[in-house]
Amino acid sequence: MTLLRTMGLTARYGDFQALFGVDMALETGQTVAIIGANGAGKTTLMRSIAGVLRNAGDQVMFDGRAIGALPADEIMGLGIAMVPEGRKLFPSLSVEENLLIGAYGRRAVGHWRLETVYALFPILRERRMSPGTALSGGQQQMVAIGRALMSNPRVLLCDEISLGLAPVVIRDIYAAFPQIKAAGASVVLVEQDIGQAMKVADRVYCMMEGRVTLSGAPGDLSREAIHDAYFGKAA
Amino acid sequence: MNWIDTIAQGVLLGGLYALFAAGLSLVFGIMRLVNLAHGDLIVMGAYLILLVVSVTGINPFLAAAVAMPVMFGLGWALQRVVLNRVLGADILPPLLVTFGLSIVVQNVLLEGFTADSQRIGAGPLETASVDLGVVTLGVMPLLTFGSAVAVIMALNWVFYRTPLGRAFRATSDDPVTASLMGIKPQGIFAVATGLAMVVVTIAALYLGMRANFDPTIGPARLIYAFEAVIIGGLGSLWGTLAGGVIIGVAQTVGAAINPEWQILAGHVAFLVVLLLRPRGLFPRAFD
Repeated sequence: MTLLRTMGLTARYGDFQALFGVDMALETGQTVAIIGANGAGKTTLMRSIAGVLRNAGDQVMFDGRAIGALPADEIMGLGIAMVPEGRKLFPSLSVEENLLIGAYGRRAVGHWRLETVYALFPILRERRMSPGTALSGGQQQMVAIGRALMSNPRVLLCDEISLGLAPVVIRDIYAAFPQIKAAGASVVLVEQDIGQAMKVADRVYCMMEGRVTLSGAPGDLSREAIHDAYFGKAA
Repeated sequence: MNWIDTIAQGVLLGGLYALFAAGLSLVFGIMRLVNLAHGDLIVMGAYLILLVVSVTGINPFLAAAVAMPVMFGLGWALQRVVLNRVLGADILPPLLVTFGLSIVVQNVLLEGFTADSQRIGAGPLETASVDLGVVTLGVMPLLTFGSAVAVIMALNWVFYRTPLGRAFRATSDDPVTASLMGIKPQGIFAVATGLAMVVVTIAALYLGMRANFDPTIGPARLIYAFEAVIIGGLGSLWGTLAGGVIIGVAQTVGAAINPEWQILAGHVAFLVVLLLRPRGLFPRAFD
């Protein structure tokens, strides 16, 4: 069944329109990857789903409920957690406090709590008393993912989690995804690394200039089609 | 040893200034809001305690405990109804609104309680003292200072040991990301202002028991509070206590040299600290 769906989603920053009617669907238990160049509207789409940007109510449906107009804290309470672009750890909080605050607005019973997050990313246990911002980029990303997991979300939104990280670190982080999915989260990934996106996703949406230009299962999409959807057709 | 006595009295006076300042420091630390009505709210708290005492005849400390939840509610509502609407990237609107609020509070108090100066009677406690050999200290100043230390310890505990404190710090760092954690920044701000008003009530109790007050003395309390916060470093609660003590000691030392210099000496100490440490004594590592 469809857990999360956007229908004709539009979003604007003041006079600038960033999304022009985006349709996207996430099935329960699946992973959707959103790819596209810088400025294609991927992050705007994520911020609209998470409620940082408010939309018309029925443009975003979650579990049969119109959530487009809800504020971020209420959407989080319903079970949609986001790993924001740039990680956005709280500098005043230690690693452990950053994790704990992830469960502030939603105390759902589930697999994820401090112990299981530390089991997923053991390095975080060693650094638990450090300020979040004293960690390496990859470790910070682990904190950001763990923080989102602490609420036992039904949908996990991951915005550019591989940005600025070394390939070996990216591999470590993606190695956690099977466990995250097994614990019951459906995932929406924004990813610039197309190879990585194709590997983990059940369905890929390619965006350009605020519109979806291509979508389908990774196996059905040719490199050429993705190239055209990503950069536009050569004239 | 006259000097030891002067400095000891100054330190204890600093406790009162730290109490004036703690609420201001709390609110500024969480939402970068400078509340220009802070001094008037302290005076309002003193009238509220006085009202409870004169209606019920109970001990002023009990009366303050009665006033605390009322003041919390007032602070919560003030933030919800008024201040949350003006918080934003521009720092001018909250300044203008709280400046207006300051005038409103003063005039409401004037209408309600007249311009006569009042005092919260504390009975024999007012004149009680303890002889420590070198110096003799008043019980009331000692209680004031002890309360200031207790308030700051309690606020630090809330800040660094409770889920609410985590939410305070996270919201202060980044309200948008905090909302992704399910935190309602506006609600957190309302709780913070409510908590600040509880501290204001404690400050009001000692203000009212220590000396006479009337509706117009708020702005001067605000100045002392401000100076204590700035000396200590914005957002640092222990720094605020240190700031209060520095002003208190400067004032008593100034007064010991020449009674005309009391207030001036406090301001001069503030300016000297600003010259030497423009960000205060214990600035936060980041802003």
